[in-house]
Parts: sequence; C-alpha cells; structure tokens
Amino acid sequence: MSSGLKRDRRILAGLATAIGMIPFLINNPYYLTVLNLSALNILTVCGLTLLIGYAGQISLGHAGFWALGAYGSALLSLKTGLNPWLTTALALGFTLAVSAGMGFTVLRLKGNYLVMATLAFNLAVYFFLVEAEELTGGPPGLPGIPPYTLGSLAFVTDLAAYYLIWPVVLITLFLTFNLVHSGEGRALRALASGEIAAACLGINPRRYKVLAFVLSAAYASLAGSLYAHYFSFISPKTFDIFFSVELVAMCLFGGKGSLWGAVLGAGLLTPLPHFLSIFDEYRDLIYGGLLMGVLIFFPDGLSGLMRKLYGRKAP
Amino acid sequence: MSESSLFLQFLFSGLTAGAIYALVALGFCVVENSLRIVNFAQGDFLTLGGFFMTTFLLSLKIPWPLAALCSILAVGLCGYLLERIALRSAKTHDPLTLIFITIGASIFIRGLIKLFWGKNPRIFPPLITGEPIRLLGASLTRESLLILAVGFFCVTILHLFYRVSRSGKALRAVAYSPRAAALIGLPVGFLNSVSFFLAGALGAVAGLLIVPVTGVSFDTGVILGLKGYAASVLGGYGSFPGAIAGGLLLGVMEALVAGFISSGFRDVFAFALLFCVLAIKPSGLFGTHEEERV
Amino acid sequence: MAEKRPKILKVENLSKNFGGVQALRGVSLNLRAGEILGLIGPNGAGKTTLINIVSGVVREDAGTIFFEEHLLNELSPWQRAALGLARTFQHIQIFAGLTVLENVMCGAHRLRKTGFWETFLRLPRAVAEEDECRRQALSILSELGLADKANLPAENLPYGEQKKVVIARALASRPRAILLDEPAGGLNEKETEELGEIILRLREKGLAILLVEHDLNLVMRICERVVVLNQGEVIAEGPPCEIQNDPRVLEAYLGK
Ligand SMILES: Nc1ncnc2c1ncn2[C@@H]1O[C@H](COP(=O)(O)OP(=O)(O)OP(=O)(O)O)[C@@H](O)[C@H]1O
Ligand SMILES: [Mg+2]
Repeated sequence: MSSGLKRDRRILAGLATAIGMIPFLINNPYYLTVLNLSALNILTVCGLTLLIGYAGQISLGHAGFWALGAYGSALLSLKTGLNPWLTTALALGFTLAVSAGMGFTVLRLKGNYLVMATLAFNLAVYFFLVEAEELTGGPPGLPGIPPYTLGSLAFVTDLAAYYLIWPVVLITLFLTFNLVHSGEGRALRALASGEIAAACLGINPRRYKVLAFVLSAAYASLAGSLYAHYFSFISPKTFDIFFSVELVAMCLFGGKGSLWGAVLGAGLLTPLPHFLSIFDEYRDLIYGGLLMGVLIFFPDGLSGLMRKLYGRKAP
Repeated sequence: MSESSLFLQFLFSGLTAGAIYALVALGFCVVENSLRIVNFAQGDFLTLGGFFMTTFLLSLKIPWPLAALCSILAVGLCGYLLERIALRSAKTHDPLTLIFITIGASIFIRGLIKLFWGKNPRIFPPLITGEPIRLLGASLTRESLLILAVGFFCVTILHLFYRVSRSGKALRAVAYSPRAAALIGLPVGFLNSVSFFLAGALGAVAGLLIVPVTGVSFDTGVILGLKGYAASVLGGYGSFPGAIAGGLLLGVMEALVAGFISSGFRDVFAFALLFCVLAIKPSGLFGTHEEERV
Repeated sequence: MAEKRPKILKVENLSKNFGGVQALRGVSLNLRAGEILGLIGPNGAGKTTLINIVSGVVREDAGTIFFEEHLLNELSPWQRAALGLARTFQHIQIFAGLTVLENVMCGAHRLRKTGFWETFLRLPRAVAEEDECRRQALSILSELGLADKANLPAENLPYGEQKKVVIARALASRPRAILLDEPAGGLNEKETEELGEIILRLREKGLAILLVEHDLNLVMRICERVVVLNQGEVIAEGPPCEIQNDPRVLEAYLGK
C-alpha cells in the first residue's frame, strides 16, 4: 500500500472518531444543522476536487446536479410514495444519465466555453424549477418531503440526520481516497497536467474527463437527495448559480490539489456565513476579502499551505 | 397593435437590452484581450457606475455630463485598483484561481456598496428626454436610441483603439504572449492595468445608461454581468464584433421569447439556446478555434 | 541481415500543410524491429511534425501510417499508444505535480487491466496490479540511475534528469516502437554519452527506435540508418557513413 494512502486513511480514521464524538460535546441543534450542511458540502466539493483539481476541468453548474438529486428524489417520493432510499437511488441514476450525456457533449469545450455551458445548465435548471410550478411548486418551494426511515427509526432530528449524513460522507471520502491513490487517480492528474502527453501514454482523455464529471455530479446528486429528505423542504433558491460558485470557491479555498482541501474548504466556509451573520453589515466584505486574500497569497489553498508548513507531499 | 408592429416593438426593446449586454460583454473582451481571464467583477462595475452617478448627480448636484465623466473615471480607477492590488499580487498564473479572485472581488465590492449606499434601490432621471419616436406602429424611446448610439460608439472606438493605435497593438501583443511582450520591452503590468481601467469605464457607461430605466441596487450587476458574459461567449469570447453581435442576439432572442412565447420561460430558453450553440459550435459564433502546439 | 527484420512502422507519402507552410511533402519511411533509425534535418525541416502525425497529435493531410498490421490514420493518440507505440516530446512535457515515480507509473497505463470499480473499492486485483506497476516503474528508474529520486516532485529535477524521466515514462508502457524527439537537446556531453548507452541497451531488447536528433555525433555513433529531411522532403537515406559525405546533406545544413 502506498504511504500516501496509509497516511490519508489514518487521518480519516481520526476525523471519523472526532465526528463520532462531537454530538456528545455539543447538543445545540443549530450547530448540528450547520455541521450537517458542512458534511453535504464536503461530499459535493470532494467530487468537484476530482473534476477541477484532478481532471483539470471546470464546472460552475454543480448546484444544478444538487437540484436534480433533491427535486428528483423529493418529487418521486411525494408523487409515487416510493421509499426515500429507493428514490434517492433513482435520482442518482437519473443524474448519472444526464451528466454522462452532458459530459460527452460539453467536455469538448475548453476554458470560458466550458464555464459558460455549465453555468447555462445550472441557470436552465434553476429557471425551470421556478417556472414549472405545477410540478415543482415554483419559487415557494416543495414542503412535506418524507424523511429516510430505518425500521421504526425516522431520520428527522438533527442528531439522527447527523449520524446518517456523516457516515455516508466519510465512506465516500474513504472510497475516493482509494480512487485517487490508484492508476485511475494518476491518470486523472496526468490529464490535468498535460492532456497531449497523457494521451500519448494511452490515457483516453474523453473517458477520464467524463468519469470525473459523472462522479462529481453523482456526489452532488447524493448530497441533494440527503438534503431534501433531511430538511423535508426545498426551494429553487438553494440551487441557484451562487451556490455553484460557492462550491467551487470552497474547493479552491481548501486547495484543489488534495481531497483534504475539500474537507477544509467546505468544513470552514460552510459555517462561516452563519457565524458572520452576527455582523450582517460586513458579511460580504469579510467573505469576499477572505476569499481574495487566500487565493492571492496561497493559490494552492489551505491544504497547499499546510503542505508547505509540514513539508509533506500531497496525495 | 398589428402582428408586425408588435414584432417590431419587441425587436426594439430586445435591441436596447442587447446593447446593454453588449457593453458589458465589451468589458469582458477588453480583459480577455490582455490578461486572458474572466473578470466576474464586470457586472459590479456597472453597479458602481450607477451608484457613483446617483451620488454625483443627486447628492453633489454636479451637472450630468460632468457627473457622468466623474463616474466613468471613478469606476475606471476601481478597475485599475483591482488589477494593481489584487490580481498582480497573486502568486499564481492558474486562470481558475485568478477568476475566483475576481469573484471574491465581486462579493467584496457588493459588500462595499451595501456599506456606503445601503440596500435600497436608487434611480436618477433620464439623461435625455423627449417624445418617443414612432416607426411603423412601434415606438422607440429616446433613451433606447441613446443606449444604441453609445453602444456603437464604444465598439467603434475600441475597434480603432485596438487595430490602429500603438497602445492597442501593444495590448494585443500582451494577450498573444505575455512573455514575448515583456521580452520586447512592453510594460505588461501597466498595459494590464490599462485594460482593467477600460473595463471599469465600460462598466460605468453601461451603468449610466441602464439606471434611469431600471434603477440600481447593490446586486443589479450580478444578473447583467452574467448576461454580458453569456453574450460574449455566444459571440466568441474576446472578439469585439462578436460581443456586439452576441449581446444584440441575446437581447432580441429574449425579447421575442418573452413576447411571443412566455415571459417566465424567457431565461430557460435563453440559456438552453446558449447551451445548444456551444454544443454545436464550441467556440461561439465568431470565435476562432485555436490549436495547441506541441 | 537487417533487411530480414519485419517493418514495424510504415509511413507512406505523408503530407502536411500548416496554413501555407508545407511542413511535410510526401515523406515515406520504414522502421524495422530492433533498429535505431536516425531522422535528422535542419530546424523547421518537419521532424517534429512527422512524429506528431505518427503519434496522432496532428492530423495528416495525406498519406498512410501503418504500425505492425494496424492502419493508424483514423485512431486517436491514446489508441495508438495503447497499441504499443510510445513517444517523447521535444519540450519534455513532464507531469508537474506528480512525483518521478508517479510519472513513470503513468506510462504503464496501457497495461492496466483493472477499471473504475475495482480501484474505487480497492479490490485485491487492483492492489496487486498497483504493486506490480510500482515495482516495474522502480526497476526502470534504477536502470536509468534515478531510483533515489523516485519520490521527488518531477518538476524539481534538473533538466537532464527530466529528460531521462520522460524516457522512463515511455518505456514503462513496454512499447514495441518508440519515437524520441531530440532526447539529447540541452544535455551536456556526459549526459549525452549516457543517453547513447541507454538507447543502445533498448535496442538490445528488440525495441524499434526512431531518433530525431540535432547532435550528429550521437546519431552517427548509434544509428544503423539515417534519413535526412529538408523542407519537408526526404533528401537522403542510408548508413551514417554515406550520409556524412552526401553533398545534398551538406548543402541542406550549410546552405549553398
Ligand atoms: N502547429 C503548427 N502550426 C503552424 N505551423 C507549424 C506547426 N507545427 C509546425 N509548424 C511549422 O512546420 C514547419 C516544420 O516544423 P517542425 O517543428 O516539424 O520542425 P523540426 O524539424 O522539428 O524543427 P526543429 O529542429 O527546430 O525542432 C516549421 O516551419 C514550423 O513553423
Ligand atoms: Mg522539432
């Protein structure tokens, strides 16, 4: 086993232990809500790191995939009465199909054109959710989404949701670490570093770009479904392009070169606006200033900074 | 109104909105033609222009031509500062990171605007007044005419600047290869600042024109910035004629969809169409495809 | 005798025009198994263009390319590489951000048999394959004297060693033919000497090598056959001793 994977698994084990104990120390439900949101963002940003940091592609449309997961699963469970676990899987399948289709058409684009196409996808989904009121409930949103259940246990409280969402996220992280420490992860990074050189080693650029895209869309969709059944209410506002932008900001802030960047970026930037709400006046100033500052002085993000401080090589 | 004059009416309103998109798109192009990045603060330049104008015109009571000039210079200065202070200090050349620095700047500028001008929308009276002009049963306001005229004026000036003047040629050289430009002694940093100044000034011009029509609030620039970005991508990113064509096309398309199909689905159509254009022609309508050399 | 060896790479009548610049005009050449074929010519002669077309990075205007029994024309670069046709680049193209070892392991991509799910779930087959890949890469690195650099970031190595790393990377795919674009460019005398030894050793293993090089000493020393390209045309072909004295070659290099 490579030393990188060993190290990452050790840190992950430490993180899992800490996560498991937090509810015994904090029982303020508001904090648990924020932690749950952080977990969902970590899941999504983890996928984005694969796409942006590893495969070298850009997407400003991942809130659109959240929306597919959230609305897809919520609508199915509301309209057909199917079990939320099943509808989550169905929504995931739907997202896989959509993102694969998109992957094959859109990933031919480069730079600005790719940014715009993914933005356009997000905007089209958003405006559709707003306008197709009969189906989606329109701007006021969709209430009464059933929660996940396990036997007689329903995951409705923040605490129960905490012990559902975090394990899902940690397991996904575990699997994603497997991936990045394998030939597949290497091929992705080679592709980001030099597409032509990678192709001349037999790495199929199209396959790997689409793989990273589909995988990141799947993570986003899963996060969206978990979100919908946890809060039991969703509205289009949650899935606008600002959320997409925020997700990529988390990815860069944490450092796109490593999956730990996703954990750091989403783990720190998700709670930030909630804490900044005490001084509402200065919220945008602080958020914008912090984002600029970190990216200007530490372009490799926080994980890049830590790597420099500890002189370690990232995965 | 008859079907054809209705069409003409939608066309006029589409062209007017399109000219604003085109002006914003030009701001994106100017930056693309030196730094080769997307400046997502472009929309906020527009907002800033509008707010400076309300202050100069209504609070300080400066006559409008002078107030307009001051606003343009002030926003130009903001653009300059953004490049000089933020982007030039960045320790990376990774375009995505640079783009997100401009996104940070955009959020920061919105924070500043909220702090100085508050969250309430403002408006100032039209710069020119007069009866709308009637044409084949449709009417065209003087303001729309002004917007169209200024739009075409700006693109002509920019076109001449880039094709004819020495500094314009130098800017293009920087865009083509910053390293080569530095080697032959061009002041690359200064030229980049100039292009950001221009981008700010263009944003301000768009702001001056749109505020009397729609008013301005701290987030006005967000959606207009996006539309401008969409317009420049549609036309072929970085091309000046492409920006104008993309802007007008987007404006007209939106107006026609809103008028004849459904105003609600206007944006769905606009962005779905953009998506399709990109899927078919990956470098926009007027963009040229560049091949990588190895 | 040499001519009995099978032709492994056949290029026929290759032409390429870059917006007015005729980079190649009807170039034909053959590479036989286990031979080192030198391809020389002044700057801009079209050598890199030829390699780019053979590896699929640039599309030809006319002509055919056969690799073993496969017609390459319609294949993408990665498909050609997957058949066992490797190349290096004039401008190195090392993977920055990956270690030396990881760079070389990337080369073994075409030999991988496990797919997404096996690596995602880290099933035993994937683990075994990964270990084997690492062992192979390390052994190639130690053959080239780079074993102690294996875990350094590749982009931090000196130029000469980076050039070796990309050769190691190409070799990791266990190719049957390899196209080297100016491997000695930028190397000092001692490094060039070493490189010559490495290339000769590769031939011992039966690899077919196309060597594009400006260092004529090296070419004359290790190649069995040399093709001279000038302004997109083959102007001479033969063993090094004949080429050296060919007036057309002298003219191309020195001008009239
Ligand atoms: N992608 C390209 N676009 C336009 N022209 C090109 C391109 N690639 C090569 N050329 C031109 O084709 C001609 C042959 O170039 P090539 O790089 O093949 O020469 P070379 O023999 O490798 O030269 P050198 O020894 O300098 O590497 C040159 O005139 C070059 O400018
Ligand atoms: Mg060459």
